[in-house]
Amino acid sequence: MSDSTGVVINRKPEWYGTKRTGGIPYLKDLEISGRLIVIEGPDASGRSTQIEMLTAKLEAEGYAVLSTGLNRSEIISQGILEAKRNISLGKRTLALFYAADFADQLEHKIIPALQSGHVVLADRYIYTLMARNTVRGIARKWSSDLYSFALVPDLIFYMDVDPYVLVHRVFAKNQYLDHYESGADLGISDDMFESFIKYQQKLAREFTVLKQKYNLHVIDGNRTIEQLNVELDEQINLYLSRHS
Amino acid sequence: MSQSQRSPQGNNIPGKLIVVEGIDGSGKSTQLRLLEQWLRYNEFEVFRTEWNSSDMVRSITSKGKKKETLVPTTFSLLHATDFADRFERNILPLLHAGYFVLADRYIYTAYARDATRGCDPNWVRHVYSFAIKPDVTFYFQVPLDVAMDRILSGRPKIKFYEAGMDLHLSKDSYESFRLFQSRIITQYDKMSQREDFHIMDATATIPKQQQIMREQIRHLLPRKIKKKTIMEVL
Repeated sequence: MSDSTGVVINRKPEWYGTKRTGGIPYLKDLEISGRLIVIEGPDASGRSTQIEMLTAKLEAEGYAVLSTGLNRSEIISQGILEAKRNISLGKRTLALFYAADFADQLEHKIIPALQSGHVVLADRYIYTLMARNTVRGIARKWSSDLYSFALVPDLIFYMDVDPYVLVHRVFAKNQYLDHYESGADLGISDDMFESFIKYQQKLAREFTVLKQKYNLHVIDGNRTIEQLNVELDEQINLYLSRHS
Repeated sequence: MSQSQRSPQGNNIPGKLIVVEGIDGSGKSTQLRLLEQWLRYNEFEVFRTEWNSSDMVRSITSKGKKKETLVPTTFSLLHATDFADRFERNILPLLHAGYFVLADRYIYTAYARDATRGCDPNWVRHVYSFAIKPDVTFYFQVPLDVAMDRILSGRPKIKFYEAGMDLHLSKDSYESFRLFQSRIITQYDKMSQREDFHIMDATATIPKQQQIMREQIRHLLPRKIKKKTIMEVL
């Protein structure tokens, strides 16, 4: 982020599509100085808690942090909530809707923050979106081509949590299972509990594929909040100290 | 490289997909409506669909458009969402049911506009690769001045995105519109051959153009059609 005398060093970012589709052509001259760190994991895996703790710690250390997540774009997020309620929507339509929301946040939040030297902590990124698509029967290649406009993060963590542990955490939080996060739209089972478990297992299996392809660091998410935080904090600090 | 190949099940689809493309003011919508009337008159089942018309997506797109903050990638993906919704809910099922689906603009509008806005053309093609290739695509070729006259006579003001104001081509919306449309024409012309466009001279009379369209789709219809129409008189 800076050299030893504290001067900001800008660098060209890496895009997923550089070789085949060229990232975003109208941003080809983009230079950034910040770092992009992604935390992936299923619903109720504790991502947002970890991001809160990491943000506090990093800011105490003097890093400016921006935390961001999916479905938070100003113009589109409300539409996605409506769209999720509207169960007649097709899988391709939802996939593109999520991509539009992601694109909006990438260009309006993530990229400006990286340009101004922030550490961006992203609560999920394109991997969850790609996994959801695959589980719904959309070809992997279509999804990876779709997201070829995304920036390659500096670090990606995946919190791997056993679906049976997960389901208890969801119940502790809400007392009910979310229709979409349970994969109820897939018609796996009439029993919501069974549907949730099977859906999460499918997603987890897809993440084992994504882990290889996109270099995800798998974190054992079955442990306590504090244990998880120690590991994430250590890895992030190690990375930042080596790259600043 | 054609990304819009037939889907694997494409060969078994009994319906027919007919598309019109061209810039605003090229007269394509008028012609498509006439074609629709003719098909209906001959008792075919017809469904006409317009670009950017899914209710669900439009309400969201319009919010962003009002704010004038949409970046090209988002803009492109929102239109793709709209298209996917119409494709998954209407176009594909109706084609399976044997309908004539008439599309007022199709994926080529996205190819032309998104490339003009600075998206990677190959990326746009990948995004729309799930779409079925039309049976016939009519491209209405028109000199820019003719189209401009047709549009401006009926409209006091051009909208921000319609004029391509987000491209910062000119501060004057009319000049911007002109430049934007001319770039779109360039894109259409570029893909015309690869995408198998049937080029229509959009300066010809309305009946003349319609007659050509009906001749062009004649092979998609049963040998005998029930009612006397322009076709029989030819």
